[in-house]
Amino acid sequence: MFPDSFDYHAPTTVEDARAAMADADGEVELLAGGHSLIPAMKSGLSSPDVLVDLGDVTALDGVEETDDGLAIGATTTYADVLADGRLGTVAPAFAAAIAAVGDRQVRNRGTVGGNLAHADPASDLPGAALAADATVTVQGPDGSREVGADEFFLGMYMTDVGPEELVTTVSVPDRDGEVAGAYRKKPSPSSGYAMVGVAVSLTVDAGTVVDAGVGANGVMDHGIRLAAVEAALTDTAAEAVDPAAVGELATEDLDTDLVMDDLQASAEFRAALLETYTERAVADAVDAVA
Amino acid sequence: MSTHEVTLTVNGDTHEVSVEARKLLVHVLREDLGLTGTNVGCESSLCGACTVHLDGDAVKSCTVFAVQADGSDIRTIESLDDDGELHPVQAGFEAEHGLQCGYCTPGMVMTATDFLAEHPDPDREEIREALEGNLCRCTGYQNIVNAIDTAATELASEGD
Repeated sequence: MFPDSFDYHAPTTVEDARAAMADADGEVELLAGGHSLIPAMKSGLSSPDVLVDLGDVTALDGVEETDDGLAIGATTTYADVLADGRLGTVAPAFAAAIAAVGDRQVRNRGTVGGNLAHADPASDLPGAALAADATVTVQGPDGSREVGADEFFLGMYMTDVGPEELVTTVSVPDRDGEVAGAYRKKPSPSSGYAMVGVAVSLTVDAGTVVDAGVGANGVMDHGIRLAAVEAALTDTAAEAVDPAAVGELATEDLDTDLVMDDLQASAEFRAALLETYTERAVADAVDAVA
Repeated sequence: MSTHEVTLTVNGDTHEVSVEARKLLVHVLREDLGLTGTNVGCESSLCGACTVHLDGDAVKSCTVFAVQADGSDIRTIESLDDDGELHPVQAGFEAEHGLQCGYCTPGMVMTATDFLAEHPDPDREEIREALEGNLCRCTGYQNIVNAIDTAATELASEGD
C-alpha cells in the first residue's frame, strides 16, 4: 500500500505553515503525528496534493501552564502529554482517555491536536474534551480564535476549523478544588477504536460534586455531552452516587435516529453500551474521589 | 510530487538518501539501506512488525514518511546485538521460546526494549499492555511475555 504522490513542506513556524497552506495548489492536508492521515493515504481514502508537515513547528510542541490551566501544544504526542504528568492532575479523565488511544507505538507518534482536528467519531478524545471543558485555539488569516469543545465537533471528520485555519493549542481549565475522573471504553475487537467511550470529570468540594462534565464518543457522528448525567451528578454527595441509576440517564436526551449503526454495533446495542459504560465511568470517577 | 534529500542516522551510521515524499521509513530501511530485519506486516499500523526506535521511541515505521524522519536517530533490530552476543531481550526470546515463525519478533523485541527502558521492573500485565501494538499469530503470547519477563530480570541484574 503506497500513498499517491504529493508535494511535501516542512515549515518551522505557524506563520510559514499558514503560508504553505495558502500557496498550495490543490488539496492540502496538515500532517501532525500522521497516525490517522497516513493510514488513510495508504489505503487511498485520502490523496492530498500537498502535505504540510507540522512536525518541525516547535512552538506547537509541549505542555505549558497558564493562568487558567494547561495549554497543550497541538503537536504534542500522547506519550509526551502522559509523561509530563500534569494533565493527570488537572483533568484525570482527559489523561485517561489519552492513555487509552491506540497502543504504545501509536501514542509515541500520534498527537492530541491532530486527534481533535481529525475528529474521528470513534476516537477516544472527543468525549474527554467535552467532559474537561477543553478549548481549542485555531489560527487563521484573521488571527487566532478560541472554540469550546461543544462548538468544535460538528460531524464525522468535521470540525469548526476552517480550510485556512489550523489548530494550535488545546487548553484544559484547572478547577478550584479536587478533580476526579475516569474514561471507560468498549473497544472494537479489531481496531481498538471506541465502539462507545465515556469520560466523566467531577469537581468535588468537601465530598460533594459541585460540577460534572460527562462526554461520550463512538455513539453519534461526533462527540456528545451527556447533560442529563451531568445534572444528576451535580450537587450530589460523591458517596451517594448510584452509578447504575445515573448510567440509565445517558440515553435520556439521545436522538436514537442519529446513533451510529454499522457492522460493529447496531444503534440499539450502542445505546445499551452507552448506559453500561457511563455507569462504569461514573463508578470509577466516584471511586477516585479522595 | 516532491523529492527530498534526507539525512538519517541508522544504528550509528549516517546516511544521505534521496526519497520521494510518499516513501515510508520502513521501505527506506529495507530497500535503500538493506536493513531487512525490520519486517512489513499489515501495512496498516496495527501489527507492529515494522517497529523501530525513532529518537529513542518505539514507532511503527510503516506509518512514518522517511522525509519526516530527516535528521533523526533510528535504531533497528540489527543494532541490538553486541558483536554477535544477543541483547538480553533477544536472549530472553531464545531462552523462553518466544518465537515460532519469527516474523513478528523484530517488532516485538524493539517494542520490548523501548518499554523496558522506561519500566525496568514490569509486572506481567504491564508487559501485555506494552505489547498491545504487536501481533503474533503463532505463540499465543505466553512465551513472549515470559521472554520479556526474563529479559527484565537479566537487565536488572546487569545494572546491579
